[in-house]
Amino acid sequence: MSGGPSVRAGPEGAAERAAGTSGDSAQGAGRRGRPPAHPYFAGTDEEKARGLFQLVGEDGAAHPLVDAMPRALARDLYRGMVRIRVIDARMMALQRQGRIGFYGEALGQEAAVVGSAAATQPEDWLVPALREAGAGLYRGMPLDAYVAQIFGNDRDVSRGRQMPCHPCDRDTNYVVMSSCVASQIPHAVGIAHAMTVEGRGGRMCIGYMGDGGTSTSDFHAALNFAGVLQAPVVLACQNNQWAISTPGEAQTAAETIALKGLGYGLESLRVDGNDVMAVYVATRYAAQKARAGGGPTFLEFLTYRVSAHSSSDDPSRYRDETITEAWRTRRDPIQRARALLEGRGWLSPSEDDALWAELEEEIRAAVGVHERAGQPALDSLFEDVYEQPTWLLREQRELLNAKGA
Amino acid sequence: MATMTYREAIREAHREALSSDPRVFLMGEDVGRYGGVFAVSLGMAEEFGEERIRDTPLSEVGFVGAGVGAASAGMRPIVEVMTVNFSLLAMDQIVNGAATLRHMSGGQLSVPLVIRMATGAGKQVAAQHSHSFENWYAHVPGLRVAAPATVHDARFMLKAALADPDPVILFEHVLLYNMSGEVEELAGPVDLRRAAIRRAGDDVSLITYGGSLPKVLEAAEHLASGGIDAEVVDLRALRPLDLETILSSVRKTHRAVVVDEGWHTGSLAGEISARIAEDALYDLDAPVERICSAEAPVPYPHHLEQAALPKVDEIAAAAKRRVGSDG
Repeated sequence: MSGGPSVRAGPEGAAERAAGTSGDSAQGAGRRGRPPAHPYFAGTDEEKARGLFQLVGEDGAAHPLVDAMPRALARDLYRGMVRIRVIDARMMALQRQGRIGFYGEALGQEAAVVGSAAATQPEDWLVPALREAGAGLYRGMPLDAYVAQIFGNDRDVSRGRQMPCHPCDRDTNYVVMSSCVASQIPHAVGIAHAMTVEGRGGRMCIGYMGDGGTSTSDFHAALNFAGVLQAPVVLACQNNQWAISTPGEAQTAAETIALKGLGYGLESLRVDGNDVMAVYVATRYAAQKARAGGGPTFLEFLTYRVSAHSSSDDPSRYRDETITEAWRTRRDPIQRARALLEGRGWLSPSEDDALWAELEEEIRAAVGVHERAGQPALDSLFEDVYEQPTWLLREQRELLNAKGA
Repeated sequence: MATMTYREAIREAHREALSSDPRVFLMGEDVGRYGGVFAVSLGMAEEFGEERIRDTPLSEVGFVGAGVGAASAGMRPIVEVMTVNFSLLAMDQIVNGAATLRHMSGGQLSVPLVIRMATGAGKQVAAQHSHSFENWYAHVPGLRVAAPATVHDARFMLKAALADPDPVILFEHVLLYNMSGEVEELAGPVDLRRAAIRRAGDDVSLITYGGSLPKVLEAAEHLASGGIDAEVVDLRALRPLDLETILSSVRKTHRAVVVDEGWHTGSLAGEISARIAEDALYDLDAPVERICSAEAPVPYPHHLEQAALPKVDEIAAAAKRRVGSDG
């Protein structure tokens, strides 16, 4: 367990397992998984889908369940969130300076990203939407891989093929996100179904979408399939209340998004997405249930897109930024977690300062390396279209080389 | 040699695959207990269990999307999409998903998914059951597209598709399911890169695939009785095309007629004609001619449907025109 001054990342929940509190084994969890000991979980399905599960209030006051959480895990979660914020801030600055082409930050949503990632295990798969790269980083995707992908350089394992914020890291079962909103969640169900077909239990897949994604036919198909197949999948919606310029109330007439999940027969939980502890506990419950053969769960993380949709967007054109300000300040997930940690003596102000400085240096160094790296070779255009290039690709490669000569 | 129908041949191919590879499973609408709307998987749920012959909810996006996910996670799923018409509901999953994941991930992911779908007209089930969109998929890098036109190919193409590390779409023409033919037992998988010469000849190349092959062979017999020796090229592979076989046939006969049930404009026949023009123009003694479907949604009435599709006499007449012996 980490007790030193440096808050170590827990990419694979190592601290938690060391503390012996994960309870993530199929044997331990029982067929359906044990619901957390919290009044929210005693509610009916509909009460859960309409209510809101919260463990830590905006003032940092915590439910007793938090007392049982290891200090190291709490520090890991906090570190994971700060890391995303620092990376995002750096990347947005680079984008504004014209040094990278595009960026989609997770500002204000770090708790939903990190809390859910922390509840996964290395052998689980993660199918992200736009704002879950931090989940990949928390699970052990190297920062170098993330930054190389943003620059699309010759060190990028995706070989520069994707726009920024679309990393893929097969080593940590982190799948490249799809720009076709929500088309990735049927994949998540299929990946989970493959785990069933393979007959090797004890694994699950988590698939993410945003609130806009819940309007797509893919959302309907994925939730419906997840329910019918009883796939070991957790489908998590980051309801940040904005799909570019479209607010939640223009997206659906459903009272909550979690109620939609309930309509497909999925246990559906509505969670305060800015409370990293609640996100973690709810996701851990859903993940344990899936791994134990208890079927799928739908999670709605209620949060807010404090940032623009992406570097190409200016939200002041279409929304009241005074509302955003409340989410930026008193509802901020990092402030809330810091209040909790400091209140318990789990993090001192000087440790916090050191953490931010360390993470800023980490991203600064990575950018320094990857901005200077070379570009993918011209010939690589024709590779990985198929496992082996077809004659068509060989012909076109020759034509390109002839033109270049 | 064994004699069986095209349908039975595809079923045998599935049985072989399911028996030899635990990663293989079939999913789609009505494929399980019902045995598939074209009865391809009849009896397979009883033999292999409903887990491996999986009935799914009615959602092309759902079962194709789940197939993409399962394939990327190491399985070898076969997805049956009832007809190509309905596959358009899953086109994003196929084109933006299955076809691009390997490239976008820098080779970290692969999608060894086999998608089977019925295609084509002739059963009086109107436009939304009868279209031929093979060329839409044959347009897409990352996909391998093939069409078995004989019982033998129906028997041994699936094996090749499942062995392929990339997504493969197999098109089964609706009029072929009842066709009987001979199957060489213990043959190897069909080479998905190679076209097949179904009839050798010297006077004109009749280039076709899938459900048009029987019509073209019949036209070739008719031409033979009139002294024209037609060569029949069955493309088998629609992406990538076996250009070598196409061109070597054209260089031998110096004339080509391309028969394709798709619509004229933007058709696969257009691509083949362009390739012949680019690479073998000076070998030609006559312009290439295309026989395609009328550019209207396929109609329901029998006489209109038949009028819309490539016809045997039309194919023979085109060949005669190219050879210059139509009087």
